[in-house]
Amino acid sequence: MGWYNKRLAKSLWVFHISGSPCNNCDIEILDLITPKYDVERLGIKLVGSIRHADVLLVTGVFNEKVAPKIKKIYEQAPKPIFVVAIGSCPSSGTVFKNSYNIVENRESVIPIDMYIPGCPPKPEAMIEGVAKLMEKLNG
Amino acid sequence: MKTKSNLKNIVNKNQIPLGPFHPLLEEAEYFNITVDGETVVDIDMDTGWMHRGHEFISEQKTFTQSIYLVERICGICSTSHPLACVHAVEDVDNIEIPLRGRYIRTLVGELERIHSHLLWVGLAGHFIGYDTVWMWAWKYREPVLQMFEIISGNRNHYGMLRVGGVGKDVDPASVPELNKILDTLDKKMDMIAKIANDDPVLRSRLVNVGILSKKDAIDFCAVGPTSRASGVRGDIRKDEPTDAYDLVDFNEIITKNGDVYDKFVVRVLETLESIKICRQCLNKLKIIDGPILNNVKEISAGEGIGRYEAPRGEVFHYVRTDGTNRPIRHKVRAPSYNNIPTFQASCKGIPIADALITLAGVDPCYCCTERAIRVTDKNNKKNNIDLLKLSRDKTSNIRGNF
Repeated sequence: MGWYNKRLAKSLWVFHISGSPCNNCDIEILDLITPKYDVERLGIKLVGSIRHADVLLVTGVFNEKVAPKIKKIYEQAPKPIFVVAIGSCPSSGTVFKNSYNIVENRESVIPIDMYIPGCPPKPEAMIEGVAKLMEKLNG
Repeated sequence: MKTKSNLKNIVNKNQIPLGPFHPLLEEAEYFNITVDGETVVDIDMDTGWMHRGHEFISEQKTFTQSIYLVERICGICSTSHPLACVHAVEDVDNIEIPLRGRYIRTLVGELERIHSHLLWVGLAGHFIGYDTVWMWAWKYREPVLQMFEIISGNRNHYGMLRVGGVGKDVDPASVPELNKILDTLDKKMDMIAKIANDDPVLRSRLVNVGILSKKDAIDFCAVGPTSRASGVRGDIRKDEPTDAYDLVDFNEIITKNGDVYDKFVVRVLETLESIKICRQCLNKLKIIDGPILNNVKEISAGEGIGRYEAPRGEVFHYVRTDGTNRPIRHKVRAPSYNNIPTFQASCKGIPIADALITLAGVDPCYCCTERAIRVTDKNNKKNNIDLLKLSRDKTSNIRGNF
């Protein structure tokens, strides 16, 4: 799929879903498309449907109600799709580790390709993360 | 037996599901909108997508850890929740806070109000398809985040607060720079206030849309800008001044109509008031010297309540302690809990195109709201037993015992 990935890396279209976050990472993602950071200059665009997306951004610890829906959305996506987990919550669970309502193993819900840690990660860190993904796709 | 008119009703009424992952909503939430032609007849809401069990986790943590936990209830109100929490713990023992600490608390709280209101103004523009407002409002929100970075070291989640004061001091050398940023922000906010007054698109989309009457605002116990836009007075900063709010000068903004346009105006004018408060705090921080933290060794057994005027309204925390270093009960009630149900009054009978901006008009925060969840089985299906009925049954059972 090398030739396909190279063409994909030119312009990544991104769909964003929130799995029980504190809202902060989601706002920082929206911040990326506003004038100060403006990732549309790099060909990255936030799209309205998973069926148009190449990258799926997920935030937050997944609680038991939201996890099946996230799985359903992942199954609807045209493959290949790259899942990028934003924030410390999907990677470690942070302060919510001891909660009764969260899914302990988030990789069992959807396979995650890349983690961008931080609470919340700075917009610069998110841009660097996506740039690294592009580098990897270019081979 | 189905009569002819009944059948007609069933045929004409359609249901439009909205969510849980809708591209317009940055949080997961679910609305089921029943429409008759173009008109909204009924709205049903399903919550629980954001429930993480904060109250349960908080009871396992120490007071200081618990502050960092409640900060993560919501990313936008990440000063309001900790402030209400420390007020509740301080209320148990009537702990005094040093004057410099009080001014720093007020400064951080008001900066948060500016960034939250600008965020809403931008999102409101996005919801009505006027993306220029979104881009501009979020562009002028960036300097506020820059101020936060200078003060606390992080753009969001500041970690400033402790029981008995604040954890970090504002560097006096950074005050002129902060004042400079406030000056530019003031000019830009004036511009946005003028836009709200003049812009024909905003006026035609927001005026007389989703009206919440004064009576409804009182009946639904709406708080914050939602109730103040309907002409109901009420601001914790004025009514029960904590921190440095009794030492600074500001006005309470109240408008009459209760439509989305008035909510827009209230938020923009409140931002200007907040800038005024921030200036006063920074000027005092130049003069006042002294400690910022009153070292608290022990919290005795007892109960305490904490209230604070968050950007969306009154946030309420209740803490019960037993003399150890942990709260044995921690209850949180966020402002959106009161504000969200007002869609029952404001959304019915309006065109479907106006429903979204009316739902967003109260600045709902679902992360703050979802503190409790009702489950019947592992698949998290809602059960059909009414919560009110359960509550009434319990009361009648208790009465029967006496």
